[in-house]
Amino acid sequence: MTQLRVPAALVALAGLGLLFFLLPLAGLIVRAPWNQAAASIGSAETVTALELSFFCSVTATAIALVLGIPLALVLSRTSGTLRSVLRALTTLPMVLPPVVGGVALLLAFGRTGLVGSFLYQGFGIQIPFTTAAAVMAETFVAMPFLVIAVEGGMRSLDPRYEEAARALGARGWMVFARVTLPLLRPAIFSGAVLCWARALGEFGATITFAGNFPGRTQTVPIAVYIALETHPDSAILLSLVLLAVSVAILVAMRDRWLGAP
Amino acid sequence: MTLNARIKIQRDGFELDVQLDVDEGETVAVLGPNGAGKTTLLRALSGLIPIVGRVELAGEVLEDSETRVRVPTERRHVGLVFQDHVLFPHLTVLDNIAFGLQAQHRADARHVARDWLQRAGLEDKATSMPRELSGGQAQRVALLRTLATEPRLLLLDEPLSALDVTIRAEVRRELSRQLASFRGVRLLVTHDPLEAIALADRIVVLERGHVVQSGTPEEVTARPRSRFVADLAGVNLLRGKAHGDHIKLANGASVAAPEAGEGDVFAVIHPRAVSLFLMRPEGTPRNVWQGETENIDLHGERVRVRVNGPVPLVAEVTPSAVRELHLHAGAPVWIAVKATEISVYPA
Repeated sequence: MTQLRVPAALVALAGLGLLFFLLPLAGLIVRAPWNQAAASIGSAETVTALELSFFCSVTATAIALVLGIPLALVLSRTSGTLRSVLRALTTLPMVLPPVVGGVALLLAFGRTGLVGSFLYQGFGIQIPFTTAAAVMAETFVAMPFLVIAVEGGMRSLDPRYEEAARALGARGWMVFARVTLPLLRPAIFSGAVLCWARALGEFGATITFAGNFPGRTQTVPIAVYIALETHPDSAILLSLVLLAVSVAILVAMRDRWLGAP
Repeated sequence: MTLNARIKIQRDGFELDVQLDVDEGETVAVLGPNGAGKTTLLRALSGLIPIVGRVELAGEVLEDSETRVRVPTERRHVGLVFQDHVLFPHLTVLDNIAFGLQAQHRADARHVARDWLQRAGLEDKATSMPRELSGGQAQRVALLRTLATEPRLLLLDEPLSALDVTIRAEVRRELSRQLASFRGVRLLVTHDPLEAIALADRIVVLERGHVVQSGTPEEVTARPRSRFVADLAGVNLLRGKAHGDHIKLANGASVAAPEAGEGDVFAVIHPRAVSLFLMRPEGTPRNVWQGETENIDLHGERVRVRVNGPVPLVAEVTPSAVRELHLHAGAPVWIAVKATEISVYPA
């Protein structure tokens, strides 16, 4: 096979683009205060932020799995206008500015919000500026990644596996639990990883809807933003931690994302 | 236990319109070319696609578009075996076979599944994954998986056509054995006449969604009513209007045939009854046409020569005749058929 020659000017532009990606990463690594790394990452605030980030992102991913897989299933079995509407609704949070998502969540679940006022007056439940709010904000922003991945997997699934299961006498739940779900494992796995990565990095919706309370809603991205003013060194180290997580995900998923020809 | 089905399906410009009655203990093969609607028929009988009409199995109505009865697939007790096994790739062979029994909430599902494997001589594959099986083994496991649920109706969709020719005979023998011991209604669809003849007591020929012929394998091949069956029986099939001693074809050509009768008829001419000549033959044959050699096919010791002309025919001759007649694609040649070699029956 002969490869088309790329014009030199395009190669130069491509190099520039690559450099644009590389320089900030290089800055992060070069300027990192490596000698304080252990102390800074081991500090109480940092550990708290890391723990909270981990807890919130994992919980958000779990919720996304429970709600997102059924949503993907329904989405893959509909067609026509209904499908377009459902699809638009589920993918909207992916393109929506996260801050807008946060404002929208406030208007729905805030103390005076659509559902929030009912919760507050009826049960005294207050969601905004709690850990639950941080989890909700992350779920809102990250779940579409899971839904899209699982729906894609569902659509490329050979429908005859489910037909064979039904012909063997399996009812709806058994077909789902013993055939559909296991066959979707690769799609669910990659969707969950994407979803978790997005939840871990969530900033805009979280700070708007959950605020910045250390130990309660201050996740790593928020901690980085706050620390940049006061302790730039620890901001850099926390950024490096997030970078390491991203690289780890890329490596773990290399067959899926980087292995494709 | 019998199956009585009257099925109409219309979609994307394709129409399936079939009446099918199968008795218990009888294996019926629906034979037809690709696209005839065979798989659609099986999917309709299993309840995977809705129909207009009525399906009744052992006196129970499975589907009736008039009374709006429609028993879902999972409650029909209909066993469907796919062309390429469709074993669950994430389950072991044993779990694949146990699946249908577990769906019936049988506590001894895996035990029964093991018995089926043992009887088929496949117990050493119990813990294998489907991808570790050969094509023949996978298809045998797929058959066991369906038989283990003890369906009332067994539907086989081209069960051998995905297999290598080398193992097809072996799997066909086992399939034949399993079919014989299966109590219930047996229906298979295939485009392979060999499969139909080897496995079925009765053949139903399906073309473009309609049944064109039905009967024992012998009846169907002796008196084909479609080009498809004629081709697979290896005979020439003509259709025309009979006028006493000759038949007028649609293109205007006339074929002499004694006692052809009157009206629409089929005429079958065996390729061995077709003679080829370099020059116009002298003598008795009344059916003489000039044509052009279209192609030459070697079949063992015999050579089949397709000749185009007013009456396109296939002739079967010896290899030496091919040399003597200087036959090659495009070569002119004379054809002769004795009128007494033509068998005519009403269309």
